[in-house]
Formats: sequence, structure tokens, C-alpha cells
Amino acid sequence: MARLNPWRWAVLGLAALYFLVPLGASVVFSVDVGDRVTFDAYSRILGTDGFGDSLLLALELAAATIALVLLVMVPASVALRLGAPRLRPVVEIVCSLPLVVPPIAFVAGISTVLKWGPEHLARTPFFRTMVAIQNPDFPVVLVLAYAVMALPFVHQALDAGLRAVDVPTLVEAARSCGANRTQALLRAVLPNLRGALLNASFLTLALVLGEYTVAHLLGFRPFAVWIVDISGAQAQMSVAVSVLSLLVTWVMLLALAAAGGRTRTTSRG
Amino acid sequence: MTAALTEAAQAPAAAAHRQQRRRRATGTLAVVPLLVLASVAFGIPALAMLNGAFTVRDPATGGTSYTAANLTTSLHGAYLTALLGSVKLSAVSAALGTVLGLLLAQAVVTSRFRALREAVLTASGVLANFGGVPLAFAFVATLGNAGVLTRSLGLRDTGWSLYSFSGLTLVYLYFLVPLMVLTITPALEGLRVQWREAAENNGATPAQYWRHVALPVLAPSLLGGFVLLFGSAFAAYATAAAMVGSSVPLVTLQIADALSGNVLVGQENVALALSLDMVVVAGLVMAVYLPLQRRSARWLA
Repeated sequence: MARLNPWRWAVLGLAALYFLVPLGASVVFSVDVGDRVTFDAYSRILGTDGFGDSLLLALELAAATIALVLLVMVPASVALRLGAPRLRPVVEIVCSLPLVVPPIAFVAGISTVLKWGPEHLARTPFFRTMVAIQNPDFPVVLVLAYAVMALPFVHQALDAGLRAVDVPTLVEAARSCGANRTQALLRAVLPNLRGALLNASFLTLALVLGEYTVAHLLGFRPFAVWIVDISGAQAQMSVAVSVLSLLVTWVMLLALAAAGGRTRTTSRG
Repeated sequence: MTAALTEAAQAPAAAAHRQQRRRRATGTLAVVPLLVLASVAFGIPALAMLNGAFTVRDPATGGTSYTAANLTTSLHGAYLTALLGSVKLSAVSAALGTVLGLLLAQAVVTSRFRALREAVLTASGVLANFGGVPLAFAFVATLGNAGVLTRSLGLRDTGWSLYSFSGLTLVYLYFLVPLMVLTITPALEGLRVQWREAAENNGATPAQYWRHVALPVLAPSLLGGFVLLFGSAFAAYATAAAMVGSSVPLVTLQIADALSGNVLVGQENVALALSLDMVVVAGLVMAVYLPLQRRSARWLA
């Protein structure tokens, strides 16, 4: 092993250089104004037009997406362990379909559907639904899209969590202690899934906060779209916001990884 | 006596059977919301895309008809250039990512420091998933026209440009290499020490060991990782859009332009045809990846 050392340190050193230099350079870029160091770009962020609104919108979307995707996926995942293992292939296929359709192709489909509204449905009750889900204050259509895009991650996280828990035994133990089915699920199974639920929520949160493609092409303006919008006029600030958002996301995910073991979210892509 | 026994045994058995059936019913019921969400939020757009890709609208009459014209258009001229550009960029960056990821993973796996391994794997999990817009801006600040390294190293005089094919490759590697590390690490951990020892006992050099033992065992995982990286680079849009605008022809950028009517009005259905092209490529990628993953899993058991 000892003879491999120089080779290994060269690889690790180059990797560290490649992955750390862009971050360091971004920080330098955002505080360097010609000849002096200033944190202006950071202190002006709060007062910039649109920052609060776009961040709030992104957080609201994230909260709604997390709620929706967990509400849909938790019963399904638990059911696969309890009474319906035959449905496993169906759920797996549904949860990996979003991987086959790239976000840009997905949004192309969505915008086609949204265009049907004025063209074909103008005189039906559906039209009002179509308008309502595109409300710029809270675009439900984005929540639906993000929920679909989060399915692979959430399925992976919940499945990993459930693998570590013997759900049927847990439910039976709770039942023989006198709990009914609902109590058994809510008070015996769910607390054991806390780590997996947290994992799934954070992954979804990071996905929604960083999502650009769908929101941009449907004409909404959450956080990631706002960063690109301001980059033309205020290059320094857009880099400053990028640095901050990268750091916040990474600290969040690192904390999660430290709390719940490795995040193996991408092993299936 | 025996009759009484069987009867007594049958009653709970029947009850258990009933309960099982009921459980199965609630189990199916619990999956329904997922299926509803998927069919509404995913199925309808997917069908709309499929339908739109095969229809054209006659501007004079306003009627629509089914045709393969959009698909033909999407495979000609600028669109074909973009599609090929995307394939080339994805192939090159995936190949580089595979090699570099393998090297990094091997360096980490054989390391004696557990903390280093855990740190690299955790960081890879984070980096592989979430680049997008912030990543693009980090690289613009580093190597863009006014970037820190560009200025301090005088890279402009050497003809360097981040907004080019090689620039995009460099940026894509930032999330592709970690993805490869995550994919290949289990396979590297599955390489048994005994295999190396056996090869050495038979007089093999390290190069021979890699050539005849390790690489053949790793081949399915490596190929699977390459395919996964290809798919990931192929689908990337946000990074490219925030960085290069449209100076590099990529199919994702073309779709976005056609959708928002930037180039020509009435190209929406060509955008849908291009999307269908992408789905076909991504589907092929998955079709290659899944069997490979199953095959490599055999060695890791």
C-alpha cells in the first residue's frame, strides 16, 4: 500500500484543487472591487428588488411539494411492505419514469397542455382550473411538476429507510399491544421512518430551490430564475447569491448525511 | 376430537385469510394516490408531447393533421447539429468523467483514512445532485471573461473561452465526476483482496492484474456508469443556459428557444419532436444501464 502513496496524493490533490478553486474564486470575485475588498454584494442582496419575493415563492413551492410528494409516497411505500408487494414493479416503474424524460422534455409537454386551456377548453369548467393552477402568486402547476421530478429521489430515500425496518412485525407488535391499524401506522411505523422522511424532504427542498428549467420555461420566477435574471445587470451579486445558495444547500445536505449515514441518492440516477 | 381441533384451527385461519384480503385491498388503495398523481402530472404532459410531436397545424384552415414532418425537421439542419452537439458533448464529458471518477474512487477506496472516504463520498452525493445555476455562475466567476483565474493567469491571451465546447465539458465534469465516484465505489469495494493476491502469487504484475482481472470485473459497472453520466449530461439545461446562452449548439437550448418562440414562431411542435428525440435517447440509455447494473450487482454480492 505504501508504494501507491504518491500516486494517490496526486489524484486527491488535483481533485481537491478542481472542486475547491471555483468556490474560492467565486468568493474572491464577489468581494473584490478593483483594488479593495468589500462585502457590498452580500449586504445589498437583502434590499434588491425581487429577492424576498422569489425566495419566498421558492420556499412555499418547496413546502407544498414536500407535503404532496410525502403524502403520496409514504402510504404507497408502506403498503408495498405490508399488503401489496405485487405492486412493487408498478411503483418502481412509475418512480423511474421521470428519469427517462429529461426536465426540458417534460416542460415541453406541460406547456403544450397548458396551451389547450385557451384553445379547446375555454367554455368548459376545466378552463377555470387551468387558470387557477397557473396563478403567478402560487403556481400549482410547478408543485405538480416538482412532485413528479422528486419521485425517484423520494422513492429511493423511503425505500432505503423501510429496508431497515421490519414493518409487518412492527405493526403486529403494535396491534397486540392493543393499537388499531391507524395508531400502529402513525405511532409505531412513522416514528421509525423519521430519518428517511427527513432525507426525502431535504432532497426535495434542494431540488425545488435549485430548479430552473421548468420554472423559467413556464414563465414563473422563483429563486433560481431570479438569480439568472439579475446576473446581466449585477454580475457580482448573482455570484454572491450563488455562493450563498450553494453553501446553504450543501451545509444542509452535509448535515443530513452526517445525521443519517451516506446519501446514496444517485446510485440509480 | 380431531374434528373439533381442525374446526378450532380453521376459524382463526379463516379470520387471518379475511384479514389478509382486507389488508391487500387497503394496500392497493394506498398506491392509488401515487398513480393518480403520476397519470395527471406526468401522463398527460407525456401524451401531449407525443401527440404534438406528430401533428402539424395548417395555418390557413386551422385544422390539424398527423404527420412525421416534425420529426423529420427535428433531424435536419440546425436541429440535427444541436442534437449531435449534445450527443458529442455528453459522450466526451461522460468518458472523461468515467476515467477521472474511477481514478478518484480508487484513490479514496484504498485510503486508510475512513474519515477521508466518508467525506469524499458525502461530498460526492451533494455535488452530483445539485449544480445547476449556481454552478454555472461559480465557473463564470472563476474562468469566465472577467473571471478571477482568467485575469490573474492571463488566460485570454491564450485564446481560452469558458463559453465553448471545452469550457462546458470542464463545468459538466464538476457534477459528473462525483456521480461516477458514487456509482463505481460499491464495485471497487467488491474487488476482493484475494483476487489480487492470487494474481500476484501467479506472477502477475499490477498492470496485468488490472488488465486481466480487475477491469473485466469492473467493466459492467464502468459501462453502466458511463451511460448514466451520458444521460445526466444529455439532460442538463440550466447550467448551459445560464452560462453560454446559445453559443454552443445543444438540443436542450434549441428546445427552449423553440418553445419560447425565440427563433421562429410556430416551432412549438418541432420542440416537442426534439423532446421526443431526447426521450428516445434517454430511454436507450436506461435500457442499456439497467441490465448492466443488474449484472454488476452479481459480483458485489
